[in-house]
Amino acid sequence: MPSALINVPAKAKRGDIIEIKSLMSHVMETGYRHTASGEVVPRDIITSFACRYNGNEVFRADLFPAIAANPFITFFTTATESGKFEFEWLGDNGFSETASASIIVE
Amino acid sequence: MDAKMDSTRRRFLGLAGSAAVFGAVPIVTLRPAEATPAMLASAIRNVTGGAAVKTGKIKLDVPPLVENGNTVPMTVSVTSPMAPEDFVKSIHVFNEKNPQPNIGNFYFGPNSGRAQVSTRIRLADSQKVVAIAKLSDGSFWSVSVDVVVTLAACTEEVI
Repeated sequence: MPSALINVPAKAKRGDIIEIKSLMSHVMETGYRHTASGEVVPRDIITSFACRYNGNEVFRADLFPAIAANPFITFFTTATESGKFEFEWLGDNGFSETASASIIVE
Repeated sequence: MDAKMDSTRRRFLGLAGSAAVFGAVPIVTLRPAEATPAMLASAIRNVTGGAAVKTGKIKLDVPPLVENGNTVPMTVSVTSPMAPEDFVKSIHVFNEKNPQPNIGNFYFGPNSGRAQVSTRIRLADSQKVVAIAKLSDGSFWSVSVDVVVTLAACTEEVI
């Protein structure tokens, strides 16, 4: 299931501030909705997102039911060296997804 | 006759001028701070640990009028040099009337370059959205924005 979309610039100059966009497909069921018969739909959300740049964490987020379905998160980092960005989403019911993207820094 | 007319005209202009000044006064007066519901206040206290929160530095972009509360674009940013000696540690976003007061916590480092994050949120009602930034020197800065929501999110029935 190709559920993650990542946008990282392929190339950057050393010291540039780059924008990273991430999208993960997920229902983000809040746990506050009811079915027609009155049962509560159990909560099923992504609770945390993290981005590592060559092993160092550069951005992290705790998510709550108030984040819309298919969490889309845009953030920034400084391009320091060529390497790899690793993304990780963790959530309810053992949800765990990873993605990665590489960058060339000149 | 001429002199008299001139004096009334001058007096009229003077009155008009002072009326304009008085008219501008209510715009300058600040709105009183709104009482925030207890859940929001306690969620904020969990983050700040009771420290003083100042207004400013942080900017929260949310459309003032939202048609669909299920996906509301939100951008929050802090003016900061993002240098090792002065950077934004985290930004916490809260709401007033969703079932839960938290929206998201976002953590940065001195290498983040820019303390800015965008995402899409849910809003269950017309309400106030509050963002609080924690800086590396331990100070807290906040901003709040009022949002009007036409179609609410979170609690509607599943078909």
